[in-house]
Amino acid sequence: MAGKWLPAAELTGSGRPVLQPSEVECSFLSSVDLNCEDNTNFPLFKSGLLILTTHRLLWLPDTTTAAATNSAAAAAAAIPLAAVTHIFTPKKSIKNMFSSPKVRFQVSVTPEGRVAERGSKSMVITLILRGKSDPDAFLGKFSEAWRGRAWESSGSEASSTSNSRQFGSTDGGSSGGVAVRMPVVGVAGILRKEQEMWESTDKSLQEAFQDLNALMSKAKEMVMLAEKMRLKLLSGSNNQTSATNDEEMGSKEEMQDWLLSVGIASPVTKESAGALYHQQLSRQLADFVKIPLEKAGGMISLVDIYCFFNRARGTELISPDDLLQACSLWEKFDVPVMLRKFDSGVRVIQNKSHSDEEVFARIKSLVLEPEALRTGISASDAAMTLGIAPAMAKEHLLAAESKGLLCRDVSPDGFRFYINLFQEINPDDVYFVKGHGIYAAWVSAASASASR
Amino acid sequence: MQELGDFKLPPFFNYPPYFTLQPVRDTREKQVQLWKDLILNYCKTQNIFVIGLEEDSPLFTNPVIERSVSHEAREAFLSALVSDGRAEWMDKGHRKCLILWHRIQDWADLILSFVKENGLEDSVMTVEEIRSGPESQGTELHGMDRTVLMRALKLLEHKGKLAIFKGTPADEEGVKFSL
Repeated sequence: MAGKWLPAAELTGSGRPVLQPSEVECSFLSSVDLNCEDNTNFPLFKSGLLILTTHRLLWLPDTTTAAATNSAAAAAAAIPLAAVTHIFTPKKSIKNMFSSPKVRFQVSVTPEGRVAERGSKSMVITLILRGKSDPDAFLGKFSEAWRGRAWESSGSEASSTSNSRQFGSTDGGSSGGVAVRMPVVGVAGILRKEQEMWESTDKSLQEAFQDLNALMSKAKEMVMLAEKMRLKLLSGSNNQTSATNDEEMGSKEEMQDWLLSVGIASPVTKESAGALYHQQLSRQLADFVKIPLEKAGGMISLVDIYCFFNRARGTELISPDDLLQACSLWEKFDVPVMLRKFDSGVRVIQNKSHSDEEVFARIKSLVLEPEALRTGISASDAAMTLGIAPAMAKEHLLAAESKGLLCRDVSPDGFRFYINLFQEINPDDVYFVKGHGIYAAWVSAASASASR
Repeated sequence: MQELGDFKLPPFFNYPPYFTLQPVRDTREKQVQLWKDLILNYCKTQNIFVIGLEEDSPLFTNPVIERSVSHEAREAFLSALVSDGRAEWMDKGHRKCLILWHRIQDWADLILSFVKENGLEDSVMTVEEIRSGPESQGTELHGMDRTVLMRALKLLEHKGKLAIFKGTPADEEGVKFSL
């Protein structure tokens, strides 16, 4: 229904919008209605999450309270900023003071009434901000993003122009004063001199910050460069298929890995998301962990993810506490990953589909090998065979022990695990060994070592 | 199979986890049960009444696999025997443990049958004679622990089967049977 009037917005599995290249999120607002008075057929988009990006206005239905993500994906809508033709400044009146703040803007539409760039007709869309948000700040960001025209230029240019624009608008009043020169006389002269000094320090401060902004935009350029190189590498490897030898392919893959891990182009920040920070961070994290999780075999420790995630974010680092909060919010969303706490207190992220039984089966076959029957296995042995971190392997072994699958041997040689034989031994006849089974297998393995 | 003197050890004596106190409850219960049986069997065949926790008992060490039971684990195994009534701590510090592979009551029954078999129903014997005299030769009473013997005799005295009287030297206590 919405698709008829507004272009649909694509969502990731965890309900985060799929962003266009070099698109960056600027602001998040919750409980926003989107309405159009000019078109009577236009459906009312009620109480959703509004995301302002440098390219689009995205409206997402509220998934935390109701409805599965699937239906949400169908209803999410986007208004390209390119289609916006005018943003109205709200009139300050007593009437407006008591109702929810509204933001109105004009968009171009096709003759059929669908929002599109360079449409022949136009209509007015109203945003009703019901949440506890600052409408003026949003309006500022909105018009800034609109005037930034990031969708036209390449990403790096867009951010630097919008940044300089931002600085221009905040202190436009003071810079105007320098233009008119006044004679330096009397008290007024001293005051003016003081004023000039003020302004010059202000200016140098500005320049300093501009350098910082330039650095930030350079960082963004780097991300784009990495992305370009990756694409080139990809197309390169497709063209020359059989000619390349394995080693070259290996190094290429490694290079690709490096480039891929350079960055998350639009990291969720406290500044952009505000009160919705943890919620949005949680969703972004859920999307992010998929690849490292797959590589780690379905389970990864929180510490590792913290490193990976912050490395991908580059400068917008998050605190361990934020990470923990983001992970614990997963329970409320329909995401395929979950946070798990082991009895030892170690916290890990795992796929919901990840099953312990599978791991236990692999551990069991590992400890039943003749060598392991005789000498047991250590956490690092298990880590090597299972292809996971030793700390994780130890957690798995301890879990298997608590299930009665394994038992431990603590000696000066170290901490090792053996297949649990205690259940196999008949307490009424301790010398009896059944003809076949685990106990017999162990006895033969152990006597083999004794005779050597 | 390994042997300790003439005692045949079970195969799992070479199983390293047998020497580590298992933390998981079910596994631990099974392990403790196996240790209790082994301790009682061993003490019975070797005629051992007292196990010192700080002494090196061949039972708690396996040189073949280079494992030995920790002090904590030894105490756990013996405590399990104590709560079964098959052992008693001899001091508050739990350093020495009296192993009762026969309960006191069973020892008392053994004494009674010994008395009957030898026709000693109305005779007088010293405690030392019961432990090491020619009459007890070849029975389980021979060489038994004095503390255990005195406990069994006191139990019988309580039932009116005999009377204990003090001899002139303190250790020359005598017993008058009256069955």
